[in-house]
Amino acid sequence: MSAATETVRPPAAVAPREVRPPARRPRPRVGKILLGVLGIVVSLLWVFPVYWMLLSAVTPNARLKASTPSFLPTHFTLANFTSVIGDSGFGGALRMSLMITGVTIVLVLAFAFLAALAISRWRFRGRTSFVLAVLFIQMLPAEGLFIAQYKMLSTVGESTPVLGLNSVLGISVLYTAMLVPFTIWMLRGFVAGIPAELEEAAMVDGLSRTKAFLRITFPLLAPGLVASGVYAFLQAWNEFTTALVILPAEDRQTLPIWLRSFLSASANRGIDWAEVMAASTLIAVPVIVFFLFVQGRMTSGLVSGAVKG
Amino acid sequence: MTTATPASAIAIRRRRTPATPYLLLLPAVLILLVGLGYPVYWQVVTSLQQYGMMQQFGAPPTFAGLDNYARIFSDDRLWAVVGRSIVFCLVNAFLTVAIGLGLALLMKAVHSAVRITMQVVLLLAWATPLVAAVTVFRWLFDYRSGVVNWLLVQIGLDQYQGYAWLAQPLTFFLVATLVIVWMSVPFVAMSLYAGLTQVSEEVLEAARLDGASPRQILRHILLPLVRPVLAIVLLLQIIWDLRVFAQIRLLQDGGAPVSETNLLGNFIYELGIGSQDFSGAAAVSIFVLLLTVLLAAPYVRSLMKEDAA
Repeated sequence: MSAATETVRPPAAVAPREVRPPARRPRPRVGKILLGVLGIVVSLLWVFPVYWMLLSAVTPNARLKASTPSFLPTHFTLANFTSVIGDSGFGGALRMSLMITGVTIVLVLAFAFLAALAISRWRFRGRTSFVLAVLFIQMLPAEGLFIAQYKMLSTVGESTPVLGLNSVLGISVLYTAMLVPFTIWMLRGFVAGIPAELEEAAMVDGLSRTKAFLRITFPLLAPGLVASGVYAFLQAWNEFTTALVILPAEDRQTLPIWLRSFLSASANRGIDWAEVMAASTLIAVPVIVFFLFVQGRMTSGLVSGAVKG
Repeated sequence: MTTATPASAIAIRRRRTPATPYLLLLPAVLILLVGLGYPVYWQVVTSLQQYGMMQQFGAPPTFAGLDNYARIFSDDRLWAVVGRSIVFCLVNAFLTVAIGLGLALLMKAVHSAVRITMQVVLLLAWATPLVAAVTVFRWLFDYRSGVVNWLLVQIGLDQYQGYAWLAQPLTFFLVATLVIVWMSVPFVAMSLYAGLTQVSEEVLEAARLDGASPRQILRHILLPLVRPVLAIVLLLQIIWDLRVFAQIRLLQDGGAPVSETNLLGNFIYELGIGSQDFSGAAAVSIFVLLLTVLLAAPYVRSLMKEDAA
């Protein structure tokens, strides 16, 4: 055996030295197939929790409790979704989430857009400090602020309940403050990407500055505003920590807080995982759809400085 | 993503209207002052005051200097929480970045069909809302009908029949790590992959012609070129993994020993909302905010470089 390989090997080992590229190819190809298999295994592993959520959501709870789980939707049902949507808290939580998210998006976009315009179209005293402050503020964790925010809103609420704890406006103001910094940074990139010369050319052609801005720059900014709006939507829609502290009343919960209560309530009578997964699916699907839409913009915003450097 | 603008050129022309940028910044500055500025101020003041039960009933708070800090920082519970948070944060951050780097290199190596599959799957995991993700992991690790216990029993580990993962601190943090890594790896992998695609094909080809092995190419070309992105994503992960209040809180609902599984955010929550010790909670919050600012400094510096560009 060893003698045979020895006699065969030399020519094979010599050959690549003369015509290297063709002889080297077979090896990477085997490696590439193995890596491809690894890639598929990783994909299956990573997608499994999402698949399991969807599968459990369309399976009757009795089937989920069986001693052997089924890995395919063999007992397909939509009953879990009907009972979740019929849950007394779901409608109210959906309405709270929609209102808070709506108010937050409007405020964030308006405030961040104006500020982004200021820092990308003007150089002024204090600009660098402002940008620096914005970048630091966007890193601050909700956990380091929620006690003070809770006290602040409970004090304000004593005189003006519409801004206090459990109020849509109160938490929207906090969300806006949390989201404005990163949104300024994101929109700054979009505004900077539109050459001011376009606007100036329109002014040379006789438009006023306001009209030039509204007719030329603003339409070009639409994609940036949409992307930032989706970003604000995702953050406000998914937010858990601040909502848990600021919205303690049971009938003022947002969807993420409601999902937690739904699970805890279910735990008292042996968790109905089928319904809980249907509820998770209802919360996750709109988010996933929006996320896929905006993802590219967000990643590049977070690390573009580093990629360039 | 952003292209540099000739902003300085425009700025010179517009210097005559210096009030405009300040007016544009006004709404953003006001909302930041209300939503974040005042809470931070309140925390600084409160952390220096005696603010106990008496003050809850209307007695004016008295100045206490650094007493609260002395009290909180001589509390063994705090140090247990700090130690646990730091270890948990570092383990998660390094694990996430290591796996993310592995997947990014894998995506670079495999056939485009496999790569696209991986990207879609990673995006799905990334897009899943936090509350839904943690809920799904609670279901996967459910002691009675969870699929993880079932699989472990199938491969012959009978001791996992009915094993309660969330009841022990060590296995609790194992599940928490799995959720966090599952959720965080996609961002790291995508960012690093974007960084890797910036490495020009000519450079790699040249290295191959010079006889560099794949390992040498990795060590001496790919890794040094993505080091800036690697540093940034690691830093962001460390900052983000310090604020895992929501994940821990949601997993604790599954019957975990709360005092042994609390991390910094949860500790503040219990101190402030739970036992109404607002001065103590404010002192810990200030500590968390300072820690974040300290950690965020290099990241902010790299973003400022981009702003100057």
